[in-house]
Amino acid sequence: MATIARNTLPNASLSEHDIARRRRNLLRQAAVTMFALIILGVYLMPLAFGITTSLKTKAQVSNPQAPILPSEPQQFIHEGESYDVLQVPVDGTTHEWAIVQKGRRLSTFIDINNPEAGLIEWEGNWRGLEPVNELSIQWSNYPDAWNTIDYMRLIFNTMRYAVITMFGTLVASSLVAYGFARFRFPFKNVLFIILMSTIILPPQVTLVPSYAFFVKVLGWGGTWNPLIAPHMFGNAYNIFLLRQYFLTIPREMEDAAQIDGAGPIRTFISIILPQSKPALTAVALFHFFFAWNDFFGPLIYLAGNRAANPITVGLTEFNGLYEADNQLVLAAAVISMIVPLTIFFMAQRAFIQGIVITGVDK
Amino acid sequence: MSTKLIDAPSPARVKQARGRRLFWALRMTPAQRREARWGLLFISPWLVGFFLFYFAPMVASFIFSLHDFILSAPDEAEFVGLENWERMLLNDPDTWKSLKITFIFALISLPIGMFSAFSLAVLLNSRFLMGRNLFRTLFYAPTMVPLIASILIWSSVLNPQSGWVNRLIDVFGFEARGANGLRWMDDPGLIYIAYSFIALWGIGNAMLINLASLQGVPSELYEASEIDGAGWTRRLLSITVPLVTPVIFYNLIISLIGLMQYFIVPWVLTNGTGYPEGSTQFYMIYFYKQAFTFQNMGYGAALAWLMFIIALIITIFLFATGRYWVYYSGEKES
Repeated sequence: MATIARNTLPNASLSEHDIARRRRNLLRQAAVTMFALIILGVYLMPLAFGITTSLKTKAQVSNPQAPILPSEPQQFIHEGESYDVLQVPVDGTTHEWAIVQKGRRLSTFIDINNPEAGLIEWEGNWRGLEPVNELSIQWSNYPDAWNTIDYMRLIFNTMRYAVITMFGTLVASSLVAYGFARFRFPFKNVLFIILMSTIILPPQVTLVPSYAFFVKVLGWGGTWNPLIAPHMFGNAYNIFLLRQYFLTIPREMEDAAQIDGAGPIRTFISIILPQSKPALTAVALFHFFFAWNDFFGPLIYLAGNRAANPITVGLTEFNGLYEADNQLVLAAAVISMIVPLTIFFMAQRAFIQGIVITGVDK
Repeated sequence: MSTKLIDAPSPARVKQARGRRLFWALRMTPAQRREARWGLLFISPWLVGFFLFYFAPMVASFIFSLHDFILSAPDEAEFVGLENWERMLLNDPDTWKSLKITFIFALISLPIGMFSAFSLAVLLNSRFLMGRNLFRTLFYAPTMVPLIASILIWSSVLNPQSGWVNRLIDVFGFEARGANGLRWMDDPGLIYIAYSFIALWGIGNAMLINLASLQGVPSELYEASEIDGAGWTRRLLSITVPLVTPVIFYNLIISLIGLMQYFIVPWVLTNGTGYPEGSTQFYMIYFYKQAFTFQNMGYGAALAWLMFIIALIITIFLFATGRYWVYYSGEKES
């Protein structure tokens, strides 16, 4: 073994010990990577299941004996008539025959590979025979789900909410973050602690009066206003993330701008913001995903106005109404993940950095 | 890497502030005053937002809890003192039952989630893993699947007959699909495990934070221990785990706060019916029913305040015990 390894290696001067270590490392790499692949397979298995099921027929979804991949029982058309194809065992070999006449004791078949041979009689109960399945992908489930659930409207509602509040929270959070990062003012530390403690405040404790106020006093029940308004004042997570980032920007350029006569707002817009693109991108992404997933707020504030529903609430209602059509529900679920997953794969760098900043820098 | 949460005041400023702290604002120079004005102007969006959406509603919530107040009949609201609180704490078995359910679920789901997030991070940090970045992206991807879609997919994949989970278990020779098989969503003994599976698709953030922290462990420590003859397990337990305790602590708090508000999964799957056998009547579901289905704002506010108090106690408890097991490298606790 050792001599073979030495001959295949380009560097023949490696010692026996080095070769053994390399081989051991290679084996470890293979083992660890294999292990990771298996775990990943199990972890992503439901996703594969969801996609396959969304491409099946309703009959296949409700039949527990049906094959795993989207398929349908094969049909054989002979002289204008359509027959089911079954697996018929004869003398130890299995034939694929189309059943012409069904009987409890005796059935007649046609050999689909040789229909000219005429009818074949077979003794036995045809109900015990397995059908022949062929791959058949129901792409039409997707347009069906899309139309039934009125996806355009759901996406429009969700997008509008996500985009409006994204700009709101970006503007407000970056202003507040700059205030905390660069200026000294009384009670700054106390205020910052209060800001951070709102992260762990359960939102329910403010919910009941807010709801009563928005719905009874302002009459905003069934509208998006109560969901949009609070985002115009910043959010503790985003403020924290941006503040951490602003603190890493050197002060020299701001000082220079100030000497040139720029006021704080001017400095903020022309010096700080252009240098903070990664952090601003991360906040925008976080907020977008938050808005795409927001459920509780829309559930209570939009109650009674189905036309205003976002994807989350729309999907939940759809699931309640079409529980028997699991393939359509799953197709709708798959559609809902296309936008977030695409954005994530395209912008994962900025996104992952943002998560790490909020989690580790404390 | 670790920026301190609060700016440390210089010794001179500490001395200056001591004693007449309250009059500091009056003794500012014009330049300082100008700076303070700008600072307050910049943070004013949050100050206004905090007052409107946190402070005022919290106070109002407490006042609500002292009233008998049905939203559909606001004119009949009347002050009842601590009646709601009394009912909630002493005479309403559903309060305690839903709290118990929430905590049992947390006790099952939290360790599963935290252990998985940490183990995946260790795996992704292994120097023997090829294609680490690709694996990181793929392991994170399910966290990006919208929660409602995850719930719908998981509830189908856990279907006792057609779901792949039971089919997979069958492959290993157990009869998961049979009459006495695993009915994940219908069996009160399995439902929390099933819900914990769904939660596994949301551990991406915890995993990434763990991973970042693992990458920050100085490699000299490993090299030194390797020379001392410590094995992989020993290194993991004596070096890695202690050094990432701050992150574990952070994840623990964030997860606990999240679990106390556990709502969406049981709501989407059972519509708040508590099926099977009331086992999914979580605290938030109960709160939702009281406050929004029955529009009982006074009682709902009391339930919300109780949750706030419990969250506060848990947080204080964690921070108090944290100093005994959370390791802060090189930083003195201030």
